[in-house]
Amino acid sequence: MSIDTTSKQSWWSRIAHPGQFVIWTKPLLWPLTILTALLFVGGLYFAFFNSPADYQMGDTVRIMYVHVPNAWLSQFVYGVMAVSALGTLVWRHPMADVSMKAAAPLGALFTALALFTGSLWGRPTWGTFWEWDGRMTSTLVLLFIYLGIVALWRAFDDQLRAARVIAVFTLIGAVNIPIIKFSVDWWSTLHQPASVFRADGPKMPGSILTPLFVMFFAFTFLFLTLQLKAMHTEVKRRRVMTLQRRAAQGESA
Amino acid sequence: MTAFRAMLRRELRLALRGGGDVLTLVLFFVIVGAIVPFAVGPDRALLARIAPGIVWISAFLAMLLGLDRLFRPDHEDGSLILLRHAHLPLSATIAAKLIAHWLVAALPLIVASPFLAMLLAMDEPTFWRMLVSLLVGTPALAAFGAVGAAVTVAIRRGGLIAPILIAPLSIPVLIFGTGSITAPQSAAAMLFLAALSLMAVALAPFAAALAISSAED
Repeated sequence: MSIDTTSKQSWWSRIAHPGQFVIWTKPLLWPLTILTALLFVGGLYFAFFNSPADYQMGDTVRIMYVHVPNAWLSQFVYGVMAVSALGTLVWRHPMADVSMKAAAPLGALFTALALFTGSLWGRPTWGTFWEWDGRMTSTLVLLFIYLGIVALWRAFDDQLRAARVIAVFTLIGAVNIPIIKFSVDWWSTLHQPASVFRADGPKMPGSILTPLFVMFFAFTFLFLTLQLKAMHTEVKRRRVMTLQRRAAQGESA
Repeated sequence: MTAFRAMLRRELRLALRGGGDVLTLVLFFVIVGAIVPFAVGPDRALLARIAPGIVWISAFLAMLLGLDRLFRPDHEDGSLILLRHAHLPLSATIAAKLIAHWLVAALPLIVASPFLAMLLAMDEPTFWRMLVSLLVGTPALAAFGAVGAAVTVAIRRGGLIAPILIAPLSIPVLIFGTGSITAPQSAAAMLFLAALSLMAVALAPFAAALAISSAED
C-alpha cells in the first residue's frame, strides 16, 4: 500500500516545480488572451468612437488611453519584479526566479512605450518631444534600470546563481527608485500634477474615465498574459539547456 | 576591531604598492575635466557656469573606472571565498574595503580638484562649496559603486556592465552634488547629499555582502 503524500502539498509548493507550474497555469493562458483581446476591442472602441475630443487638446487626448496604462505598468512591473525578488531571496521559490526574469524585458518595453507615447503626445500639446521635467526624467531613469537588469541577466552564464544576485540588485533598485523620483522632482518641476487618483475624486469627466479604465485593465491583462507566456518559455528554455548539457556530457563520456 | 583594522591596512597597502592605480585615477579625473573646454570652447563665462557639473561628472567617471579593483582581484585569486568564511563578517570586511576605496579613489580626486577648478575658471566661493560637496557626496558614489562591483563580481566581463547598473542609481548624488554648489537652495541640497551619503554608506556593506554570498554559492 502506498501513502499518497502529494495531496497534502499546498498549491504554493506545488507550483514550485516548474513542470507542475506549466501544467497548472497552461489552461489560464487562452482565457487570459481572449479576455485581453476583448478588453482591447472594447477599450479602443470607446477611445476612438465613444469619447469626446478635449476642448483644448482635440483628438490628441486619445493618446492618453495608451499612454497612462503604459506609465502605470512601467511601475507595476517593477513591483512584480521586487516581489519576485523577495520570493527568490526569502523563500527561494524557483518560479520567483522565472517570474523575475520574464518581467524585466516586459517592464522595459512598457516603460519605453510610455516614453514613446508621451513624447508623441507632448509634441502637439507642449510643443516638444522631450522636456526635462520630473516625471519624464524619472521614467527615463527607470528605463535605464530595467535595461541594466536585462543586461545583467544576459551577462550571467549560470541562471540559478544570476537569480539571487539580480534579486539583490532589484531590491536595491526598489529602495532607490523613490529617492530618484524625489531628487528628480526636486531638480525640476513642470509636469502637470496628478489628475486621476486624487483624494477628492477624479477630476476628469466620466466619458473620458470609462475608456481610460477599460484600457487600463486591457494593458494590465496584456501584461499578465505575456508574463505567464514568458514564464512558460523560460521554463522550456531551461529544460532545453539542461537537455543540451546532458547530451554534451553523454557525447564526451 | 583588530581584524577590521588589519583589513583596512591590507587594502591600503595593496592599493598604494600595486603599481600607480591611484595616480592613474587622478590623471583620468583631471584629463576628463580638462578635455571639456576643447569640446565646448574656451569661453571663460560658460566654463565657470558649467564647472561644478564638469567636476562632478569627472569624479563620477573616475570612480567608476576604479571600481574593478574593489573585489575582482580578490575574486580571481580566491581570497574572497576565504574572506567570506573568515571570523570577521563579510559586511565588515566590505566596510573596510569601502573605506579604503574612498581613501585611495576619492580623496586623491578631491586633493586634485583645485587644479581642475583653476582650469575651469571657477571663482573662490564656488570652489569651497565644491570641495565640501565632493567631500560629502563621494562616499555615496563609493558605496553605490561597491554594490555594483559586488553584483557583477561573478561575471567574467563585469567591468563593462557595472557602470550601466550604477549610473542610474547615482543620479540623485549628481543632482544634489551639483545642486549644493549652484542651486538657489544649496544648503538644503547639501543636507540631502549628506543624508544620501550616510544612508548609502550604512546600507551598502550589507547589500554588497548579500550579493557576493549569493553569487558564490
